[in-house]
Amino acid sequence: MSSRKQIAVVDYGMGNLRSVAKAAEHVAGDLAEVTVTQDPQVVHNADAIIFPGQGAAKACMQALIDTGLEHAVQQAAQEKPFLGICMGLQVLFSHSEENEGVDCLNILPGTVTQFQLEDPSLKIPHMGWNQVHQTQDHPLWHKIPQDSRFYFVHSYYVQPKHSDIISGQTTHGTSFTSAVAQDNLFAIQAHPEKSAEVGLQLFTNFIQWNGQ
Amino acid sequence: MSLAKRIIPCLDVDNGRVVKGVQFVDIRDAGDPVEVAKRYDQQGADEITFLDITATSDNRGTMVHVVEEVASQVFIPLTVGGGIRSVDDIRTMLNAGADKVAINSAAIFNPGFVQEACDAFGSQCIVIAIDAKKVSTPDEDDRWEIFTHGGRKPTGIDAIEWAQKMEELGAGELLVTSMDRDGTKNGFDLALTRAIADSVKIPVIASGGVGKLEHLAEGIIEGHAEAVLAASIFHFGEYTVEEAKRAMQQQGIEVRL
Repeated sequence: MSSRKQIAVVDYGMGNLRSVAKAAEHVAGDLAEVTVTQDPQVVHNADAIIFPGQGAAKACMQALIDTGLEHAVQQAAQEKPFLGICMGLQVLFSHSEENEGVDCLNILPGTVTQFQLEDPSLKIPHMGWNQVHQTQDHPLWHKIPQDSRFYFVHSYYVQPKHSDIISGQTTHGTSFTSAVAQDNLFAIQAHPEKSAEVGLQLFTNFIQWNGQ
Repeated sequence: MSLAKRIIPCLDVDNGRVVKGVQFVDIRDAGDPVEVAKRYDQQGADEITFLDITATSDNRGTMVHVVEEVASQVFIPLTVGGGIRSVDDIRTMLNAGADKVAINSAAIFNPGFVQEACDAFGSQCIVIAIDAKKVSTPDEDDRWEIFTHGGRKPTGIDAIEWAQKMEELGAGELLVTSMDRDGTKNGFDLALTRAIADSVKIPVIASGGVGKLEHLAEGIIEGHAEAVLAASIFHFGEYTVEEAKRAMQQQGIEVRL
């Protein structure tokens, strides 16, 4: 057996897992082995979890249930280094407004709401490179300059019930939470796998993180 | 502090090779899409678009390998257009590492395909490519129509109505190319870009006609585009992507540098 850190990318059929896995592999070197998996047991045994996601909230939740991964993800989010990306951030919350309302994993109290922008020149989806203002120190922000631009694509954003979990904020018409951190869990609305240098740095930080 | 406007270099790829000439003095193989994409990434491109112009379907697999290679070395969004006709085509490209696909004629022949694609993969990865030409006479109000076959065949479809319909069906973004301006180096058809950008909520990428750096800023400021796409001004080393961004910044446009 390899002594390298085992990182599982959770594959529940929603999203560009290949891009996520490639970016993580690119920086993993000898430190870690990255596996894309649909197997709850692999998620259970892994040292760290990457939880990506794209598409609609309802389809994502349904896919988590259908693949039998819901419980494994919920458990992993409580006990080992866990990185949520995009929809993998949103479904961690209690409830999403998308698709006329969807109950989500309820790991973090709060809701997911749609951008309602008065300025017609601001487009939805919020698509492209925007700044993430780091609102707290965190090992995952190591070597990432304050207000760096990450690549975003989304129409909904999270509203945590407790503001102490907010780790990053971004502005698109309104200021919204773009990253959260709680114990062993970190999740970001942007796509680090598509955010060039700063995104790769975030993966490097995650691979080196012990979850504290 | 807000969203940056994007610059997207576009590469035409035929049978796995970049065509229409790309010249960098210090690049090993200027026909290799992987080398070229890496160079644009280093220059600060916000995304890269590949247009597969391979004539025969037998050679389509080549594009998949190109995307796989690029996606394992370049970590910015990649869009692939050309010959995307089915859900399977999309899945193949996304699995290879593309983030978005651009659908053009297949949307015209079967608009239901757009909805099917968005439902299957999410709006975020479906770009609709709109090739439009002005059909109004000088004394009429501006009117543009969708053309196929590289601008040769009119469809009778009004470009603005079409853009709105594509948004309704779930498209995440529109790539608007003026077939009157494409290849002319005279700048975008700004009236076309603005007319479409102002009639939809989703982002519009302006395309067709860039010959000078000023044209890029015009596309944003006057055309109301969220992103600008260009090919030849970057290919021949006339300008780097970074120079283009600095020129945009001087016009007060927010860019990622």
